[in-house]
Amino acid sequence: MLAGALVMRAQFFSYRSHLMAKLIVNRLLLGILTLFAVSVLIFVCTQILPGDVASAVLGQGATPEALVVFRRELGLDVPAHLRYWNWLVGALHGDLGVALTNKRVIIDDLLPRLRNTLFLAGYAALIAIPLSVGLGVLSAINEGKWSDRLANVLTLIAISLPEFFIAYLLIIFFAVNVHWFPSLAMVSGSMGFSERVFQTTLPALTLTLLVAAHMLRMTRSSVLSVMSTPYIEMAFLKGAPRRRVIVRHALPNAAAPIITVIALNMAYLVVGVVVIEAVFVYPGLGQYMVDGVSKRDVPVIQACGLTFATVFVLLNTLADILVILVNPRLRHQR
Amino acid sequence: MKLFGHKLTASAAFGLAVVGLFIVISLFTPWIAPYSESANVGGTWDEPSMKMIFGADQIGRDMLTRMMYGSRMTIGVALAITTLSFIIGILTGLVSAVMGGYVDVFFTRLVDVMLSIPSLIFALIILGVFGSSIPTLIMTIAVLDSTRVFRLSRALGMNLTVMEYVEAARLRGEGLWWVITREILPNAWAPLVSEFGLRFCFNFLFIAGLSFLGLGIQPPYADLGGMVRENAAAINFGMMAPIYPATAIALLTVSVNLVVDWMLSIDARPSGAQAEL
Repeated sequence: MLAGALVMRAQFFSYRSHLMAKLIVNRLLLGILTLFAVSVLIFVCTQILPGDVASAVLGQGATPEALVVFRRELGLDVPAHLRYWNWLVGALHGDLGVALTNKRVIIDDLLPRLRNTLFLAGYAALIAIPLSVGLGVLSAINEGKWSDRLANVLTLIAISLPEFFIAYLLIIFFAVNVHWFPSLAMVSGSMGFSERVFQTTLPALTLTLLVAAHMLRMTRSSVLSVMSTPYIEMAFLKGAPRRRVIVRHALPNAAAPIITVIALNMAYLVVGVVVIEAVFVYPGLGQYMVDGVSKRDVPVIQACGLTFATVFVLLNTLADILVILVNPRLRHQR
Repeated sequence: MKLFGHKLTASAAFGLAVVGLFIVISLFTPWIAPYSESANVGGTWDEPSMKMIFGADQIGRDMLTRMMYGSRMTIGVALAITTLSFIIGILTGLVSAVMGGYVDVFFTRLVDVMLSIPSLIFALIILGVFGSSIPTLIMTIAVLDSTRVFRLSRALGMNLTVMEYVEAARLRGEGLWWVITREILPNAWAPLVSEFGLRFCFNFLFIAGLSFLGLGIQPPYADLGGMVRENAAAINFGMMAPIYPATAIALLTVSVNLVVDWMLSIDARPSGAQAEL
């Protein structure tokens, strides 16, 4: 009897999740394919496009001997597809090469900075997501009233402001005038957790303001677009109050675009981090990449670009998979 | 008050006024600026006075003059980028939509991969390898931004290619170029114009951000983002020097956004997350 029940359960399970699992696996494969394509694109842009990387970086004053040595160092005397393969295999094993300017192993510098950047982005996301989704839903509930119109204008202004403007405003108010927070975010590996949180509060707040405005507008937009459907009208006709209609009927259907919006903004967060790190002199991946770009350090630029692109693609893939999971129609085969 | 036959809201009026002011200032800067672009007229970070309305920058030049030349440069570069990206994007998008087949698949896949890398990162990569002169800057960001214009114009083109008048034109024997410019483009104008405003804002902020990082427009050209970078140290002494150029950037982008928002509300675009993208 137990065996019979188990067999039935197993059959039901595979029947149930067949379609959803197939979609998820497809999306994962697409994500991996995109990662490959992105790595090819980055490689082409940094190694193939400039023509002769050696003379581009060393400039016109380079002697022929210096050019040859440089080429051998970067492995440029090997055909292009082999170079790409070596680079990719190395990257997958954690060997991202050696920086041109200071001869340090890149991965040793990159990993702690990546950790710092992810900490900052995670801190900002933790505040921003509940805040903006909640306020967005509230805004949709109060559509047309002055509170909604005020929120509309405020968020429109917020998404138009450049990141460094918001950052400097916050610095003036919180660091210079009131001395609550430090104006430079100095974070070191040996810091305790609460000290780390204290140092990164202002940059995290800046990032939050940036993405929360976007997410609030998109959440409000998604909920309002669901509101014009017939089943919502039915719920109103049944006499349900507006708040209940939105939370119980509209929100589950608006969940998919909202999740996409959140993932898009998390990806935008990864990019906004670069400017914020420059303002607050925060030792993260963005700073590392900007330094590499100003010094024209090609291996560093490649490594950082690859890391950022990977995080971006992973976030987008995660978002699409979440959207598949959230859709109850995909749980049963048609 | 009515403008082009549509009712003007208070915020849109404010936006239009500010945008108009910026345009006038940028066009006539060499004639109306109080000092020349690099004249030293004061000490470092002088307080605002009768002589210098916004005070002095980090090496004693008049802040107001620098800001005027900076807006001129940044607005000009952003306008060039947006125009170039629209030309590339509309051409490739419409050709893709009308021709279909391998051309369409090739461009779509290429654009998908390009969109998988965040634009700032991609721009940093290209600038790091090629250096950041103004032509390189304009071309790089234009190509990157054209991907989004491609998506929009391709979607518009797909909607219009199946119309009867396009089919009639094809049966008449009209070539690809004629179909695109005389049948499809005039009908795709409206959403593209509001998109132009939005992309201009984005490119303006992008250039300012890149210059702020030191990788965009290089000195001695005045540029609003670069000015924020150069004057940033004044913040630590409680002085407002970097706030002036930053406010100028913010003011212009807010105004353009207000105007575009008003234009979109006339157009009655469908709501939903798509409208915010």
